[in-house]
Amino acid sequence: MAIILTEAEAKALLTKVLSYSKADECEVNLIGEERGNLRYARNEVSTSGSLINQNLQVQSAFGKKVGVATIDEFDDASLEKVVRRSEELAKLAPENPEYVGVLGPQQYLKSNGFFDSTAKVTPDTRADVVAKSLELSRAENLAAAGFLQDNYGYSAMMNSKGLFAYYPSTNVNFSLTVRTNDGKGSGYVARGYSDFNKLDTAAATRIAIQKAKGSAEARAIEPGKYTVILEPTAAVVLLENIFYNMDARSADEGRSYFSKAGGKSRMGDKIVDERVTIYSDPTNPELPASPWSGDGQAQAKTMWIEKGVVKNLAYSRYWAQKQGKKPLPYPNNMIMAGGTASLEDMIKSTQRGILVTKLWYIREVDPQTILLTGLTRDGTFYIENGKIKHPVKNFRFNESPIIMLNNLESLGKPERVLSTESDQNYLIPPMKIREFTFTSLSDAV
Amino acid sequence: MQRRDFIQLSGLGVGSLLAAGVPVLGNSVSAEYLLEASGHGVGIDNAAKKRLADIALNAAKSKGASYTDVRIGRYLQQYVFTRENRVQNISNAESFGVGIRVIANGTWGFSATSNVTPDGIAKCAETAVAIAKANAKLQTEPVQLAPQKGVGEVVWKTPIKKNAFEIPVQQKIDLLMNVNGEAMKNGAAFVTSNLFFVNEQKYFASTDGSYIDQDVHRIWPTFTVSAVDRAVGKFKTRDALSSPMGMGYEYLDGLASEKIKAPNGLVGYRNSYDMLEDAILAAKQAKEKLTAKTVQPGKYDLVLDPNHLGLTIHESVGHPTELDRVLGYEANYAGTSFATLDKWKTKSFNYGSKLVNIVADKTQPHTLGTVGYDDEGVPCKEWDLIKDGILVNYQAIRDQVAILGEKESNGCCYADNWDSVQFQRMPNVSLKAGNEKRSVFDMIKGVDKGIYIIGRGSYSIDQQRYNFQFGGQLFYEIKNGEIVGMLDDVAYQSNTQEFWNSCAQLCDKDDYRTFGSFFDGKGQPSQVSAVSHGSATTRFNGVNVINTGRKI
Repeated sequence: MAIILTEAEAKALLTKVLSYSKADECEVNLIGEERGNLRYARNEVSTSGSLINQNLQVQSAFGKKVGVATIDEFDDASLEKVVRRSEELAKLAPENPEYVGVLGPQQYLKSNGFFDSTAKVTPDTRADVVAKSLELSRAENLAAAGFLQDNYGYSAMMNSKGLFAYYPSTNVNFSLTVRTNDGKGSGYVARGYSDFNKLDTAAATRIAIQKAKGSAEARAIEPGKYTVILEPTAAVVLLENIFYNMDARSADEGRSYFSKAGGKSRMGDKIVDERVTIYSDPTNPELPASPWSGDGQAQAKTMWIEKGVVKNLAYSRYWAQKQGKKPLPYPNNMIMAGGTASLEDMIKSTQRGILVTKLWYIREVDPQTILLTGLTRDGTFYIENGKIKHPVKNFRFNESPIIMLNNLESLGKPERVLSTESDQNYLIPPMKIREFTFTSLSDAV
Repeated sequence: MQRRDFIQLSGLGVGSLLAAGVPVLGNSVSAEYLLEASGHGVGIDNAAKKRLADIALNAAKSKGASYTDVRIGRYLQQYVFTRENRVQNISNAESFGVGIRVIANGTWGFSATSNVTPDGIAKCAETAVAIAKANAKLQTEPVQLAPQKGVGEVVWKTPIKKNAFEIPVQQKIDLLMNVNGEAMKNGAAFVTSNLFFVNEQKYFASTDGSYIDQDVHRIWPTFTVSAVDRAVGKFKTRDALSSPMGMGYEYLDGLASEKIKAPNGLVGYRNSYDMLEDAILAAKQAKEKLTAKTVQPGKYDLVLDPNHLGLTIHESVGHPTELDRVLGYEANYAGTSFATLDKWKTKSFNYGSKLVNIVADKTQPHTLGTVGYDDEGVPCKEWDLIKDGILVNYQAIRDQVAILGEKESNGCCYADNWDSVQFQRMPNVSLKAGNEKRSVFDMIKGVDKGIYIIGRGSYSIDQQRYNFQFGGQLFYEIKNGEIVGMLDDVAYQSNTQEFWNSCAQLCDKDDYRTFGSFFDGKGQPSQVSAVSHGSATTRFNGVNVINTGRKI
């Protein structure tokens, strides 16, 4: 049997698994995927690998006693064995008061996240596109270290109440650091696509090369509050920390930024500049995502922050039931609306500021305010009178993305961006922020 | 093939819906199965493993490999997650397979399979050679592998007293329910607690003539207690002050003999942990944090507890002395290093003050890094990284030591599973205790304006390991030789070399204990590893402290 099943094959397999169930409720999740990667450093290939992976997870419930078992062999005997094992584990498990039962059939939106171009990638394709990158860095006598990783596969689920869901998807992520051989300059680029044909490793490499050369001989300037222009690669790692916190339960429990005095949550409050709108949409053609969540709930286009106001927080089915609210699954993608300005326009309109192209080692310092720390990396530049004047040494910052989005000057055009912290893809605009807090200097290149 | 999954670690911070995942390898199994497997009652014996390994070695050789190593691995994990009065998840997992690494045409090739049969292994070896040959076309410098004499057929086991997999799950749940209950009784609004148990059964064979069987155990009990003041909308947390260890369930015995008394009723845990006692203290301290005085920023002398200093050692000494980082192999992700070869070659680079002696080892009893042999068959040892403040060596493996002009690997190569390729990973990296008799009480007496910091807080450091910022779990203000109260919103910012040169005083060996990191990430695709960092309480003078409180 193939590893990557069609919708009909997945349905047939899941139906067979459920036919073995003797539990009150049973839910089966199924995945199949192929992954390949190529890693290089010092202009040489360092490692490469591929992984074929299929897995079936069975959750059986007797009342509120729940057991989960998984297996990667799909012959009839193995399928029956994994169902029996989940049932045995359920019988031995303590009652889970948060178990709310499985969902009935749902209607899902159409989302196209599967591209043949990515599914057909071979080790040779990988070597070819990496060779295009290596040629450029070797020709310029610069040191390249990069990573290319692609995957294609599907996920599917079915339960004893007749719910069935299937979603095939592909993705390729490419990232590259180019350094000057004297160690004084470093440039970075990251690209993520669903469609491998959109990946142009040569064009991406030219960007990293330009930043590596342009960032050499950086000058130290005093840390303090500066107007900054954050490229999407830099902005996304800060914004992610807002997304992670958008959970109703921790807000209701009084232990999140989204909690407030008096035991309430910030739902309905205006928390950031009115030009800030953040939403999820599984059908977005630039950032397609699965139209269902892991527990089978339908994912619809959802406003999280609209014109600066908190519109929604994620409610698990348990917490929604307890609070008398509608469940809302955590989204499978996040999109921030923007404006029309290009990065060049944003630089032109800046009298004095810093262009930040990448941020690194982001950690939450205080969850109460989502205060984050981290550093600039791989190309930071001083802007004066609308022009990039010279590279500057890297800074450490201490800033909350909430404060940052209150100090918004302007937004550019959103683009698909790969988070260097989580490896997730998002649609995020470049943004100009005033009074961004840099607290110290770093000698790191 | 096997599945590498991530489950949410709800205990480690609320703001981590996607970010904080705990890696789970392989397939879920029953606790009874784990018990049997951890007693080596499952699968094939060493004679059969040797036969299979030889098939791989011969198959690779016949296809043109000049070197081959084979790792047949069974990886067992049991993780228990609870919150307040309920169990959230119990994960029992097993992963079994073989990874084969070869050098052909001067280039590494790696392949792995869960099909551990003579046919499966032979095919896997052939694939590894084919990959090596394909990559050789892009390679310009051949691999230079340091020689390693074969060690023959040997066995090594973590010297545990109680196999954690033999302890009934109910006993573990009872412990955590007790921990959670005591925390709630003592003022916690919420509590999550977790137990992590790992057993790696690794059979290594190489063309050097080594057949090494190892049985490695690790344990990590931990929790997070939250205190909430809903009226003013404020919350604070306090994490466990346990350390992950290379021990069995005996770590949870809470032996009085392994407790180190510290000021303000604080307790340091050496090689035995009293989880219940720590949970009670945590609940009280989390509540106290809600009204603690906010710190006045400025220069302070810092008194750093081993359960805090371990992470600073990890980030500012452990990572920068990894030779692969120094050379640029991690440039695209973790970064490079300020501790460059030219600095090392001067033999006079003052990494720290004269008091600073930092050793690397994979031999300290009870630690996470300790094994008999690394994952490329090199016997483990201890070596100096920083001697009397001077940078003297790096962490290097077989294909790197030639760059240092050495002929022998340091023995710190590791892969987190059979299906991942082994590479240089951090051994234990520890600061030696002082030779003069000194307790933490003595140390605090000598400080006029300082802060005593305990526990692992937020941490961030740049990609070459110059500039760092560390928080903690507990902060106490020291004035004129005495602790005057708790502080909040504390983080210190420094530069690695400046910081280690400000090292002014060490407590002695009676205060020495280890901190650990159970899921340290490195590489692309990312692999985890577990590593310990020992130290005694240590004083650093005139460090820059910032206030991390903000008003929104």
